[in-house]
Amino acid sequence: MIQTTQLSKKYGKAEVLNIESLEIPTGQSFGLVGNNGAGKTTYFNMLLDLIRPTTGAITNHDIVVNQSEDWKNFTGSFIDESFLIGYLTPDEYFDFIGDLRGMNKADVKVFLTQFGEFFNDEVLGKKKYLRDLSKGNQKKAGIIAAMMGSPKVVILDEPFANLDPTTQIRLKKILKTLTDNKAVTVLVSSHDLSHVTEVCERIVVLDKGHLVKDIETSQETLKELESYFSV
Amino acid sequence: MISHFLSLEWKQFFRSSSFSKSVGAKILIGFFALYFAACFLLIGIGGYWILKKQFPEQDPLVLVNSFLMYVIVADLMFRYLMQKLPVMNIKPLLVLPIQKSKIVHFILIKSSLSFFNIMGLFFYVPFSVVLITEGYSLEGVLGWLASMILIIQSINFFNFLVNKNNSVLVALLLLLIFGYLIQYFNWFDLPGFIGHGFDAVYQSPILSLLFLCMVIGLYIVNFKQLRSEVYLDALISEQTKEINSADLSFLERLGDLAPFIKNDLRLMWRNKRTKSSVWMIAMGLLYGLFFYPNPMYADMEFIYVLVGIFSTGTLLINFGQFIPAWDSGYYNMLMSQNFKYERYLKSKFTIMTISVVALFVLGIPYVYFGWKVLLVHFAAMIYNVGVNTHVILYGGTFNRKRINLDEKAAFNFQGTGAVQWIIGIPLMILPMAIFGLINWLIGFEIATATIAVMGFVGIALHKKLMAAITKKYITNKYVMIHAFNQEN
Repeated sequence: MIQTTQLSKKYGKAEVLNIESLEIPTGQSFGLVGNNGAGKTTYFNMLLDLIRPTTGAITNHDIVVNQSEDWKNFTGSFIDESFLIGYLTPDEYFDFIGDLRGMNKADVKVFLTQFGEFFNDEVLGKKKYLRDLSKGNQKKAGIIAAMMGSPKVVILDEPFANLDPTTQIRLKKILKTLTDNKAVTVLVSSHDLSHVTEVCERIVVLDKGHLVKDIETSQETLKELESYFSV
Repeated sequence: MISHFLSLEWKQFFRSSSFSKSVGAKILIGFFALYFAACFLLIGIGGYWILKKQFPEQDPLVLVNSFLMYVIVADLMFRYLMQKLPVMNIKPLLVLPIQKSKIVHFILIKSSLSFFNIMGLFFYVPFSVVLITEGYSLEGVLGWLASMILIIQSINFFNFLVNKNNSVLVALLLLLIFGYLIQYFNWFDLPGFIGHGFDAVYQSPILSLLFLCMVIGLYIVNFKQLRSEVYLDALISEQTKEINSADLSFLERLGDLAPFIKNDLRLMWRNKRTKSSVWMIAMGLLYGLFFYPNPMYADMEFIYVLVGIFSTGTLLINFGQFIPAWDSGYYNMLMSQNFKYERYLKSKFTIMTISVVALFVLGIPYVYFGWKVLLVHFAAMIYNVGVNTHVILYGGTFNRKRINLDEKAAFNFQGTGAVQWIIGIPLMILPMAIFGLINWLIGFEIATATIAVMGFVGIALHKKLMAAITKKYITNKYVMIHAFNQEN
């Protein structure tokens, strides 16, 4: 369960985010949509305690994120390429993250084998540094690293951007299986309405920092969202 | 068109987000440049008479000529290490209606006005003026001066051609040693032979046209090479070479510090910025050779402390001063990972400590200059481990600048702020002062012991100090995240 109460962020006088209250129950696949500057990334950054809120707080499984660091034990995330260590090979990177998440080399190997199809032979075992990979392959590595160490919460900012169509479809499958048994909460943001409606059971629309729509995904959701954004 | 380029350069310089912050560093570089310029100027003006006095029976110009080979080779090597082709962000220009050849000409001409090319003139021009006033033939001296300028330009362009080629550096080094050896053993006077060539230029200035041809030739080759590289794939292709990763599994025994230490070793090994720091470590280790052979410093025992701190601590200083900015590129990720900050800092501490001890061991040959030297170095090592590691980790909490790991280190002041200069005081000046004072008041043994004891106290308090430093890092977390997200 992730609870957000009275959360706001101001830079000087400009308010970039103001969420009165938002509750994401455990096991939900949660989608965040909105135009540029809506506050999606800001919200995720606050959830990861990378930015301090001006007022209010976020509670992640009963832990107030800017007071204790214990949420890090069960939260995996990938926001952008700055989450990658450019001078490591993907394999070394997975080992490093695995180490931090309490997995040994064998665990990491077993974990990675299930994503062979997703990586499409372009990431693992290649003698290349992460910084030399294409944007799409970097993203693949980052997304999978966020799922290491069986986290209870997975946060992905724009996971579909830069991915090729095949990988997008595979990623959707991965995200769906992740929430299958209702134990892992997945938070995803996207500009692509059809992707989020497909993956997420609940979609929240942000506009200029405010929560303007909160929808249980159904057959009509995509139409509803499209008509909202086409104004 | 040129004015467009110039205005772009201007804006790039003044609008870079680090500009106002690194003004201090820029002023310092400016001072260095002025200092060198002044030195060259003085030598240029006074050189004639100094040579005349030292070697009354020889012609100063001939004497200078006979050394020119060394000057040229040294200049080439220096540039090879320091100078790189001025980069211009050409990517956005490629699709605009600008002729590619124009871009290339601009880059090349800009390079020929670089600091490295101007510096030599501070010597050659006044020296020539003195020569003329001393009654040397006007045409001869002007031809000679023109040749010097043209040679400097040739070196400039030659350097860009060979810049990525390590074997050239080795060849130059061999040439230098070889030239010295054959002169030393009087087999054949190669520098003198080349010197005679320059004498000939003075005799018949028309020969300087040869050098003009050389510059033009090199310019054309450079132009052709660069022109063919003004494509995206040429810019990109140099990146993708296969890498071989060393097996670092022996580090596993370091327990939960291992992942970080492995990372830091890879960081040092695999990035341009850190790789060129390796040169600095070698230089730091040999730092004592500046002082110890010189009888002038024999009685100045506090110099031992400086050399001791510096030679055992070069990695500590070079690496330590940019903690945690080395990790600035992925600081966000580290901050959302599951580990205790203390563990991260502890791994940095371990690396620095190991390096200090290792460099002390490598520096044991300094015992050649007396047991006192080694004793002080030992005390300095303890001081480095006990005090300086903590000081530099604490200083790290003031780091607010992102470091781009892909840039060369020499003359790279990126990430440098006032802290890096101020931190030198407790790092080096303080132990020197304490040692000097006690050495003067009481005696050498007590002074050495004091430095060592200070180090031991630091080691004893290690846990407490680390806890305090960690706290400071945690309170500064958001400021650092914000700062590291700013591109320069």
